[in-house]
Amino acid sequence: MSRSHLLAYEETFACVQCGYCLPKCPTYETTGVETQSPRGRINLVKLLAEEKISIESAASSIELCLGCRACETACPTNVQYGTILQSAKELIAKEMPASKMESLLLEKGIPNKKWQKVAGRGLEIAQKTGMVSLARKAGIMRVFPDSIQAMESIAPVIKMPKKKEREYRVLPPIGKKTYTVGFFVGCIMDMMFSKINDDSMKLLQLAGFKVTLIEEQTCCGALLHHSGKKRETIALAQKNIAVFEKYDFDFIVNSIGGCGAMLVEYPELFDEHSEWRSRAEKFASRCKDISVLLAESSLPFTKEIRKVVAYQPSCHLQHVQKVINEPHQLIKKIPGIDYRLFENQDMCCGSAGIYNVIHYNEAMEVLDQKMNHIEKVVPDIIVTSNPGCHLQMKLGVRREGKTEKIKVVHIVELLAEACGIS
Amino acid sequence: MIHAEIEKAIRQVINNKRRVLTNEADLASYSYDASFGVFLPDIVVQPTSTNEVVGIVKLANKYKIPIYPRGRGTSLSGGPLPVHGGIVLDFSKWTDILIIEPDDLVAIVSPGVITADINKKANQFGLMYPPDPSSSHVSTIGGNLAENAGGPHGLKYGVTKDYVLGLEVVTADGEVIQTGGRTVKNVTGYDLTKLIVGSEGTLGIITKAILQLIPKPQSTGTLLVLFDDLIIAGRAISSILTGGILPSKLEIMDQASVVAVEQFDPSGLPTEIEALLLIELDGHPAAIEAEAKRVKEICLEIGAIEVKIAKTKEEEAELWKARKLVSPAIVRKKPTKISEDATVPRSRIPDMFQRLKEIRDRYNIDLVVFGHAGDGNLHPNIIADKRDIEEMKRVEKAVEEIFKAAVELGGTLSGEHGIGTMKAPFMEMELGPTGLSMMKRIKEAWDPYNLLNPGKVFPEPGQRFVLTNE
Ligand SMILES: Cc1cc2nc3c(=O)[nH]c(=O)nc-3n(C[C@H](O)[C@H](O)[C@H](O)COP(=O)(O)OP(=O)(O)OC[C@H]3O[C@@H](n4cnc5c(N)ncnc54)[C@H](O)[C@@H]3O)c2cc1C
Ligand code: SF4
Ligand code: SF4
Repeated sequence: MSRSHLLAYEETFACVQCGYCLPKCPTYETTGVETQSPRGRINLVKLLAEEKISIESAASSIELCLGCRACETACPTNVQYGTILQSAKELIAKEMPASKMESLLLEKGIPNKKWQKVAGRGLEIAQKTGMVSLARKAGIMRVFPDSIQAMESIAPVIKMPKKKEREYRVLPPIGKKTYTVGFFVGCIMDMMFSKINDDSMKLLQLAGFKVTLIEEQTCCGALLHHSGKKRETIALAQKNIAVFEKYDFDFIVNSIGGCGAMLVEYPELFDEHSEWRSRAEKFASRCKDISVLLAESSLPFTKEIRKVVAYQPSCHLQHVQKVINEPHQLIKKIPGIDYRLFENQDMCCGSAGIYNVIHYNEAMEVLDQKMNHIEKVVPDIIVTSNPGCHLQMKLGVRREGKTEKIKVVHIVELLAEACGIS
Repeated sequence: MIHAEIEKAIRQVINNKRRVLTNEADLASYSYDASFGVFLPDIVVQPTSTNEVVGIVKLANKYKIPIYPRGRGTSLSGGPLPVHGGIVLDFSKWTDILIIEPDDLVAIVSPGVITADINKKANQFGLMYPPDPSSSHVSTIGGNLAENAGGPHGLKYGVTKDYVLGLEVVTADGEVIQTGGRTVKNVTGYDLTKLIVGSEGTLGIITKAILQLIPKPQSTGTLLVLFDDLIIAGRAISSILTGGILPSKLEIMDQASVVAVEQFDPSGLPTEIEALLLIELDGHPAAIEAEAKRVKEICLEIGAIEVKIAKTKEEEAELWKARKLVSPAIVRKKPTKISEDATVPRSRIPDMFQRLKEIRDRYNIDLVVFGHAGDGNLHPNIIADKRDIEEMKRVEKAVEEIFKAAVELGGTLSGEHGIGTMKAPFMEMELGPTGLSMMKRIKEAWDPYNLLNPGKVFPEPGQRFVLTNE
């Protein structure tokens, strides 16, 4: 029996094999083989659907895809690569035993708030990420020593007070109220970079938004989704949609390129014409990256930042959420900044969810190429817009031995500093 | 399947596991290009030096295995397809040399260098590499040389062959020759450089090229001209050129393309027009201004309904947007795009448009026409669905008629995409039996065992034109 009904087979026909996506694909650029290109992957999914190749063969290419979706932006014929990739991941997840580490992390780890708290505290003491301690428990350290050590070296100091629960509350607007905002914290973000979330909410307040933080929100489901776990993702999506519906915010705002992309793609999880689909569409239409709202507001800058700044965009922010100009505009508005563009700026840094843990070597090749380009503009600060990219850039800086010279900050931190929030 | 002994020998020549590919996924990934047809190679190798190429060709000779050079697989005519199995020689990793020598106005490049990178680097020296196929940011210089690629710049600056001074070539028996040199003037013996250019990898393998550069014009300007009558548009083209102005680009779009673009991303272009010309002028800003004025006068005199001159770089980009959007716009309707490049003498453009209209009606196909009007190189694009066998049969017939029309009007099968597998069945129609046989004799002299890219350019016995994979 053909597998065509299990895969986004029809969508593969939209690819005219022109190759325009090749130069934009980080895995093609680093490996130099067609198999690790968007055109190659689409062809393999098509062949898999036609039962012309084995699932292992298709998986060898799909597994190394960063899912950055730069190919979609590059494609002149609007191929739905995200849909094709997702269908392949789901089939692979169903038919092939997932790599141990990945499923362990995902199923037991990220979406479970209780675990997060436990892990968070453990991390606080050891200053390690959840991935690290969990992986260690599972004895995976031995399997992936490089990646774990690398992650350890860049894991942030977790600032999560022992029993502190987040204060779930309403922050009134400063100045005239414009719109109401429900803030989405994101699980990894809130665990590792809760300060960025705090700063985000303060900035929104300063820009005149009434910000509410609701406790019932949960993980966006992106990492599960990228591993082909559709059922689990849907459950999380339904929870988020339902809890935010109750409040009827004008906007649902986050500062996480990757999670934000998942939120705006919630509708695709549900059947067309279903009730959940329309609820998801309504939800998605309100989800915005923080840079979109801030770029349209006037921020009260109080401090000059005389630094050379480079910005590494989050792939999912630019290629899925299509938020491209706003971060540039915001950075340029900060007084004193010398903002510099660099070659292949729009290309993925190789972080891609937990890709850099599972496919360490491939991710490091992508990263080294990225650092080559960034270093040419000699930045003092590298700005990011997603926690995964943030860690990856820190790792990149460390690999180049520049930890003392180059600071990595989230765009929100930079804006907060310039607005005198600390 | 390639014998284990041969694979071992290949791995000795290319002593790097990452550049010799044999697994199922990899072979499947080198079985296609941007045209039709799928053929699995037995092995893919990615050489990065002339020595490696020589080693592989010698092995191919010893074991009589076919070799298919490949750039980035953007060929629209089946050029790199391994139609008889064997070795795909993928040059995309060989990009180490890209040297600009400004004093000699030359560039020296490895075969896998991306064409647009050559121009980009030349620009840093105030120079340019003019050939500009629209795929230049993806395709390799090796592929461009082998296909003699061209683009909108063809009208004023010519095509790839006009910018090649010398080549390093590995012959079918594994010897290395240098053709041409690094001077514009060179009449020493037969012009082997030009023979290799456009030979689609069937006569020799290009391992290095010396290219000519020219000074980069200071500036560009753009005009958009609308016509409610295609014949008048054709006349306008001739009048501009005979009026003493040589635009750097002169592109045409027909009504169907304009309608498609407007439906895709409306920008206020009137959809009742029959044709639209996009004209780019280059040179000194003052000259551009004067010429733009003159072009406007000429077009209005002849009966254009509207002429827009871009005032800023942004406006220029805005005017070109329509042309850029043709491709994404037309595939929205149906996924399969058959992109032809039949070329006719400039004066026959209106006739060709008429013939194309008749073909569209006769075979009931979705056809849009745009292209490089200035040099007669049109791009009739048919939109179909390759899963619809009945429709594809109609399309096959229509394409055959397009070729016939082009040849009958004194033109050619292919202006820039090459013959490959797809157009081989029509070679005799254009060249006649003797013309084709003279070419065949050249092929036999250079490659007596038919090891270099077999199945291309020359029709195989009984081969006919097909657009389906079955
Ligand atoms: C969307 C799109 C737009 C295009 N627009 C244009 C255009 O405007 N103008 C134009 O001319 N073409 C155009 N093309 C066609 C194509 O891009 C060109 O033919 C290009 O030159 C192919 O380059 P490549 O590197 O992809 O080579 P491939 O497609 O891989 O190979 C092309 C041919 O070159 C041979 N070859 C490759 N490298 C070597 C070498 N080192 N030595 C000997 N032979 C070699 C191959 O055997 C094959 O016959 C377009 C294609 C697409 C998909
Ligand atoms: S999503 Fe990114 S890594 Fe994957 S094929 Fe597209 S460009 Fe390449
Ligand atoms: S750019 Fe789009 S159509 Fe072209 S090869 Fe890539 S996915 Fe296919």
